[in-house]
Amino acid sequence: MRVNGKGLVDRSAPLSFTFDGKSVEAYAGDTVASALLAAEIKMIARSFKYHRPRGVIGAGSEDPGALITVGSGAVQDPNVRATVQEVYAGLETRSQNCWPSLNVDLLSLNDLAAPFLGAGFYYKTFMWPKAFWEKLYEPVIRRSAGIGALSGKHNPDTYEKAFAFCDLLVIGAGPAGLMAALTAGRAGAEVILCDEDSVMGGRLNGETYEIGGQSGQDWAARAVAELSAMDNVRLMTRTTVTGAYDQGTYGALERVGHHLGGLGDTPLECFWRIVAKRSILAAGAIERPVAFRNNDRPGIMTASAVRTYLNRYGVAPGKKVTIFANNDDAHRTARDLVAAGVHVAGVIDTRQDAPDGEGYEVYKGAEVCNSEGRKALEAVTFRYPDGREDKLQTDCLAMSGGWNPSVHMTCHMNGRPTWNEDILSFVPTDGTVPGMVTAGACNGAFSTHAALAQGAAGAEAALGDLGIKMTKADLPEAEDAPYRLKPLWAVAGKGRAWLDFQNDVTVKDVKLAAAENFRSVEHMKRYTTQGMAPDQGKNSNVAALAVLADATGRGIPETGTTTFRPPYVPVSIAALGAGAQGDGFAPQRFTTSHKASVDAGAPMIEAGLWYRPSYFPAPGERTWRQSCDREVNMVRNAVGICDVSTLGKIDLQGPDVGEFLDFVYTNMFSTLKVGKTRYGLMLREDGTVMDDGTTARLGENHFVMTTTTAAAGPVMRHLEYVHQCLRPDLDVSMISVTEQWAQFAVAGPKSRELLNGLLDVEIDDASWPFMACGEVTLQGIKGRLFRISFSGEHAYEVAVPSRYGDSLFRLLVARAEAMGGGAYGMEALNVLRIEKGHITHAEIHGRTNAFDIGFARMVSAKKDCIGKTMSERPGLVGEERAQLVGLKPVGVVQQITAGAHLFNADDDPVRENEQGYTTSVGFSPTLESYLGLAFLRNGRARHGEEIKMVDHLRGITTRCVVCDPVFFDPEGGRVRG
Amino acid sequence: MRITCPLCGERDRREFYYVGDAVALERPDPDAGDVVWDDYVHNRDNPAGVTRDLWYHESGCAAWVVITRNTVTHEILSTELASKVKEAQS
Repeated sequence: MRVNGKGLVDRSAPLSFTFDGKSVEAYAGDTVASALLAAEIKMIARSFKYHRPRGVIGAGSEDPGALITVGSGAVQDPNVRATVQEVYAGLETRSQNCWPSLNVDLLSLNDLAAPFLGAGFYYKTFMWPKAFWEKLYEPVIRRSAGIGALSGKHNPDTYEKAFAFCDLLVIGAGPAGLMAALTAGRAGAEVILCDEDSVMGGRLNGETYEIGGQSGQDWAARAVAELSAMDNVRLMTRTTVTGAYDQGTYGALERVGHHLGGLGDTPLECFWRIVAKRSILAAGAIERPVAFRNNDRPGIMTASAVRTYLNRYGVAPGKKVTIFANNDDAHRTARDLVAAGVHVAGVIDTRQDAPDGEGYEVYKGAEVCNSEGRKALEAVTFRYPDGREDKLQTDCLAMSGGWNPSVHMTCHMNGRPTWNEDILSFVPTDGTVPGMVTAGACNGAFSTHAALAQGAAGAEAALGDLGIKMTKADLPEAEDAPYRLKPLWAVAGKGRAWLDFQNDVTVKDVKLAAAENFRSVEHMKRYTTQGMAPDQGKNSNVAALAVLADATGRGIPETGTTTFRPPYVPVSIAALGAGAQGDGFAPQRFTTSHKASVDAGAPMIEAGLWYRPSYFPAPGERTWRQSCDREVNMVRNAVGICDVSTLGKIDLQGPDVGEFLDFVYTNMFSTLKVGKTRYGLMLREDGTVMDDGTTARLGENHFVMTTTTAAAGPVMRHLEYVHQCLRPDLDVSMISVTEQWAQFAVAGPKSRELLNGLLDVEIDDASWPFMACGEVTLQGIKGRLFRISFSGEHAYEVAVPSRYGDSLFRLLVARAEAMGGGAYGMEALNVLRIEKGHITHAEIHGRTNAFDIGFARMVSAKKDCIGKTMSERPGLVGEERAQLVGLKPVGVVQQITAGAHLFNADDDPVRENEQGYTTSVGFSPTLESYLGLAFLRNGRARHGEEIKMVDHLRGITTRCVVCDPVFFDPEGGRVRG
Repeated sequence: MRITCPLCGERDRREFYYVGDAVALERPDPDAGDVVWDDYVHNRDNPAGVTRDLWYHESGCAAWVVITRNTVTHEILSTELASKVKEAQS
């Protein structure tokens, strides 16, 4: 119910949202949790294993109770914490993990079967019969386990990622964080202050005590106002720092649009990578629940959460509240409630020396041992020190077992926290994250005064490190109450007492794990699933450790903690991967002829990130083969145009380029004459072929290398490596110019005739022989011309600056068409090169060497080169190697398929008999036959032999004759024109 | 993770391409023998502690950088241009 006159919610802005289809009234500034509590809706979810009713337990991102699903359909977002989700008009929320409804959940039968569902039950219960596991047990368990569910549809929500840099990152905007930010901000440092809440102030917004004579809430608001006015300070609300990484990098998740309902193109979340020279962790502390029988009923909450709902949201979570604690701090809850006019049934304090009540009863030395109420708390039973039991009618129990500092971030880089006996919890170990200091409650300093002092001191230390001048901060007056508590982890007694509310792990489960010798904390965790739910044990791990320590007769420090790993709160994969879906995952690279190709109806295929035309369908053609055959014939008989701009182009300049290329390529380039082009073969240092391509010498000190499309990046990297790491003595400079030049193959008997119609100075065989290269002008445009051929025809490649690519391509194609030719695509290009036995990465696939592809003689004996020594190792040369051959079908079956295996004609087609495999295949309209390139053991000595190709996947067996890989024009007369 | 490129300054590690041990700089003579070559091409230490490796500032200035770092603490102890390291060797 609402309490008048309390809270930061805007009473002038009422709104409504839905929970399970019912309308709920709320105010701007409410969370779903505060609004549901105000509406007296206590049961919000069902638990993981036993499907027990669950309500709100905490008030922050750590809440283990109230998980809901937001939205429906494709944008459905499961496992949202009701304590974090802010309300907005029209918000649609639902309970989850229940069927058919929250009230009548059939799987709550699990609760009755609890004796059989203890820790590790699935390892024991579902062992036999063996066959039942896959068919019955696993499907049933999978159906009943889990919490929320995804829609299974593509999520159209947008997410973003961003980078930020600062001198000082302050994590958490409670009193310590605000004081740190004020100190550093006033000194002029670049500060980023992150807080996961929508309002900065941390605990100050949930408490009633004063700072410097004003309310904590007001002090926080003034501090935020002062910081907002500073240009050097960036305030990031709704931003949870999720992890600490190397060299001062921090991950942070900003909830940008969750409170707006996905309006416009606002992203839902943004994942930040913040690089900070120094950081201050002021993450606060989390109050720990107490384990007692049936401590999981809706209405049982932490004491500080009850204060937060009262002071921050103006909501009393109950009409008759009982407090159960082992420390003074929880008494604030009773005092605040009484002051606000809410009835307090009593404070049950386990300490005999507990303070007296101020308008409420204190049951000293007593402890709560049971609770009642089916779907919400109705009463608690408590036990006096003398063993007598009594009962209090109550609808809300505010419990406190003490506080656990949020040390998580200090452990993200392998640090371990230190046990502190005074506060009965772990505190950060200094220096575990370079550049980070801790301040306030997360450092085990629980008074407001200590938080302010440590925040200021932390900032002063950081400023000192960074050499930024400052004036010492004036600390405002604040409470400095001592923190007194008595150990209280689990109340002795029968029944189930919950530790992990999300995964339904009880004290019994942890004891069972210890009894079954899962005594290591890491074993216990995995056996019981303690701390493995979305809250990652924030509420329960320390208590579970204490129970394990007790059960194994060790102290808590000896028992140790499990490992804290990022992220601090759940981070959606969509936020981490923002920008990397669809085109963001694989950017598209388009050639200058892309539009013309698409306009011509060419289907585009991916070549790495590039898109290239597959074929250019002519009217009447219904299959790709028809187009491909026509295009091949066109190149063989007239002229064809193909965009080859995707090949890597590397410009190399300097007096030592020749020597450099001699070292990179297996063959000689220093002897190449200016105006000539040469084919080169490149090895990896292990002797395997890396890449091939032509390199042209445009000037004495100027070469242009081409690489294959696929290897353009790796070859560039390799050249820089060879230069910088192996031969920095050579005077060479290089740069990739792949995208600067549009380059087109003009191939076929009529290629020169076509070009002469465009070139400002006509060429002939004498001025431009095979392998010639040089600068030309085409209708006034400076370009480059290379007489090289991948098709085996009289052919050229003409290059112009990219801005002329589109118009040149259209012009070339138009002229070619007028001469009986036209554009050709990748399919025809592939057939043309197979007819000529030219290799691609299908052949130089990373396991073949120069000997295998028949290029052993290209490895010059006159010089060293990368890969030469290793290529001469035994086993890389000889009869046992699979060598490049050609295959032609000779039997009834004419089809040759890629990836098929080769066998001797009379052998069984089984692995032991494998003789080789096919790499490239195609139908040659020129030779009217399927052709295949293949690697065959000792293949070069087996030309003329009949073998068997077996494609086990497609069920094809083809008899083939082995031949030279150059099927067409082996003498090479056609390229010379 | 942040890496200081000797030319560009401190950058995010995503700008760099990781290759491996900086022993790659010490290419043996062609006639150094099988054992030496096998070591150079194939064998690498995997130390828990200080290691030197090669990174390529691929999304930056294209410098190859020798990085001395600690695999246990993730500290980056020094960064040098590979070309300078190589020139100093020979």
